[in-house]
Order: sequence, then C-alpha cells, then structure tokens
Amino acid sequence: MSAPESPRLDLETLYRDSNVGLALEALDRELVGLAPVKQRVREVAALLLVEKLRRSVGLQADPPPLHMSFTGNPGTGKTTVAMRMASILHGLGYVRKGHVVAVTRDELVGQYIGHTAPKTKEVLKRAMGGVLFIDEAYYLYRPENERDYGQEAIEILLQTMENQRDDLVVILAGYKDRMERFFSSNPGMASRVAHHIDFPDYSEEELFAIARLMLARMQYKLSESAEQALREYIQLRKRQPHFANARSIRNALDRSRLRQASRLFEHRAQPLTPQALSTIEAVDIRGSRVFDATRKSG
Amino acid sequence: MRVTQGTFSFLPDLTDAQIRSQVEYCLKNGWAVSIEYTDDPHPRNTYWEMFGLPMFDLKDAAGVLAELQNCRKAFPNHYVKVNAFDSSHGWESLRLSFIVQRPANEPGFELVRQEGEGRKVRYTLRSYATGKPEGERY
Repeated sequence: MSAPESPRLDLETLYRDSNVGLALEALDRELVGLAPVKQRVREVAALLLVEKLRRSVGLQADPPPLHMSFTGNPGTGKTTVAMRMASILHGLGYVRKGHVVAVTRDELVGQYIGHTAPKTKEVLKRAMGGVLFIDEAYYLYRPENERDYGQEAIEILLQTMENQRDDLVVILAGYKDRMERFFSSNPGMASRVAHHIDFPDYSEEELFAIARLMLARMQYKLSESAEQALREYIQLRKRQPHFANARSIRNALDRSRLRQASRLFEHRAQPLTPQALSTIEAVDIRGSRVFDATRKSG
Repeated sequence: MRVTQGTFSFLPDLTDAQIRSQVEYCLKNGWAVSIEYTDDPHPRNTYWEMFGLPMFDLKDAAGVLAELQNCRKAFPNHYVKVNAFDSSHGWESLRLSFIVQRPANEPGFELVRQEGEGRKVRYTLRSYATGKPEGERY
C-alpha cells in the first residue's frame, strides 16, 4: 500500500514562466537603495505566486487584495516602483494589460455638481486592466469644505475597488503623515488598501549612486574632481529646503549639463575632443547656487 | 420579428464573453467604443441615444462591459448596441456596430400603403412598437 501520490508542484517553473524574476531583478538593478520597498515588493510577488499555485490545485484562493499605498517624500521612486509593480502584476496575470494610468485630484474631481462622477468613472474605465496610480491622494479629501466634490470621487473609487477587484489595482501615493491622516478620516479606504509600503529617504551614498546611474544613462561621465564636487553638492543640497531626493539630483545634473554646454561654447575656438563632450567637470557642478552660502561664509 | 441591424445580427445573440472579445478586438485596433440605446428600431433610425460618452483611450474591455451592465440596468427592455469608431485619417467613421440587447418581445413592422395620384401606391414601414409614446414601447 503506497500513500496516494500527491502531484508535484513546481514553484520554480511558475516563477520562471511568469517573468516575475526578470522584473524583480530589474527592480534590484535599476533602483538604488529602497531595501524595505524591494523586500515588500518581493513579499507581494511571493504571495501572488503561491496564491496562483494554490488555485491551480483547487485550494481555496480568493484573489488577494492588491490595492496599495505608497508613502514617502518626493523623489523617492514611488511612481517608478508603481510602473514596476504593474509589470509584475501583469506577469502574474493579476492585471490583464499592465498599463499604468497616473492621475491627481484634477483628473478625478469635477468643478460643478454632476461633473465628478462621469470624470472619475472615465478615469477608472481607462485604468481597467491595469494600475490606477493616484498621486497625492489626500487632496481628494478636503474636510474643511463639506461641499467639496472630492468625497464623491472617493465613494466611486471605493465602489469600484470593491466590486471590480479583478479589473483594476489602485495605488495611492503621497507624503506619509498626510496619507495617514487621509486613511484615518476615510476608514473605508483604509480597510480596502492591503499593502502599505513606505519609501525611505535616500542616504548621501545612494544619491551619489543614483547620480552615476542617471549620468551613465545620459552618456555623460564625471571627472575625478567633479565626483568630489558632486558629493559635496549632495551634502549641501540635502540640508536645504525643498529637497526632493532623486528628483533634485536629476535637476542638478540637468543644470550642470547646461553649464558644461555653455563652458564648451565659450571656448569654442579651441579644438574639442569627444572625451570633453561627455565629461562633466568640477566647475560645472560648483557653479550651482547651492555652493553660494559656503562661498560667502568661507 | 427579430430586428437585424449591424454586424452579427443574423447570429444568435452574443454572450458577454463574446461581446468582451469583440470589444477587445476594437480596442486592439485603437477604435473608440460607445454604447447606444433606443426603443425605435426602424431601420432608418440611425441616431440612437448615447449612453454616456464614447470611451476613448481604453486599454481593456472591462470598462465597456461595466458600462454595458449599467445601460442594461437602466434600460432593461430597449435595444442596445455597441459601436466602434475609427478616428484614423481616411476612415473617421464607424467600423463596427452590433446589437447587444433586444426587447423580449419584438412585434415587428407594419407595411403601410399610401394612395398617391392616379393609381400610384407608396409603401413604407412602421414599427408596431412606435404606436406608443417613447419609453412605453416595450
């Protein structure tokens, strides 16, 4: 008498076939830092894979709730991770098309009575089969104005999130403290969002790595002295107001490209090497007004 | 009498799964899908009422299907059709249109004769249903 043969389940094959591995690797490779975020994304992916396998052997497997909330300061990669999330969900077959529709309050809330519902519904219809990314979601709810139409948009959103879970994944994003207030005043929303992922600020070292990655993508490189200048720049910029992590770095690099171009243009009489065209020098970075304060004081 | 208008009208009524794949086909071609209803099925009545606006920039048929359910709920006894509009240059017109709901009882059309001058007779069609005012026909 042999025990009844239980079918062999191959999580590995499923993992490979779903292309989730590729998406996760790309996430690891192309995004610097964000260890807790990557960890959570991996956990979600694992849950979905196991859930899919459970369904294949006929075990109880409700479609897991997938609506998410991404919180973090500006420029910490919320939108980028949302795009990756969409491709992971698509790879696992939890969304059919895998596109991302990114909206803010403007696209959801109307300007007069009766305007909001069709507007919100239109956005929802466009997002079906993919991911709806609502940036700064807390602006939907304005408690100080009780006639605000945001509440109407929230209600339609909730209804769709509940009734058409197979058709649409909603990701809400915004600053951490404001999102928490938003959820505490909208318990219906809080109970339907299963995954809360917090995006930490980048360290200086990570910001530097991001800068290198961005430059490599734009086919520029830093001279040795420029590297030093950039490190100092990051240190100073981080302490200034309105620091937006990777976005600030991107803007700084764009401005140093501008300065590099005008430097080359001023010396246009001299012969130019391809090397010089793609190198950013220390002066291009030190030209930033971030260094002004230090120059004045020192 | 079964009204036959538009594509697939000689086939049995489409199931929701079949409607979904037809809509997917439309979206794949970049056509804007819209839903229309009427209770005046005369073949020359080409202007049916729009149910909501045409749906642009959709990626998935789920949005159309959800809207179709809403339309069926609001008008359970009307004719409902799905249209696909091709906005590309040179077409700029409907590419596909098919009925997705019809009333349970379709009384059909009456042949109306009008005496003209001399021994001339003019013929026209009149739907039995349109004898009643709009909204009470089916």
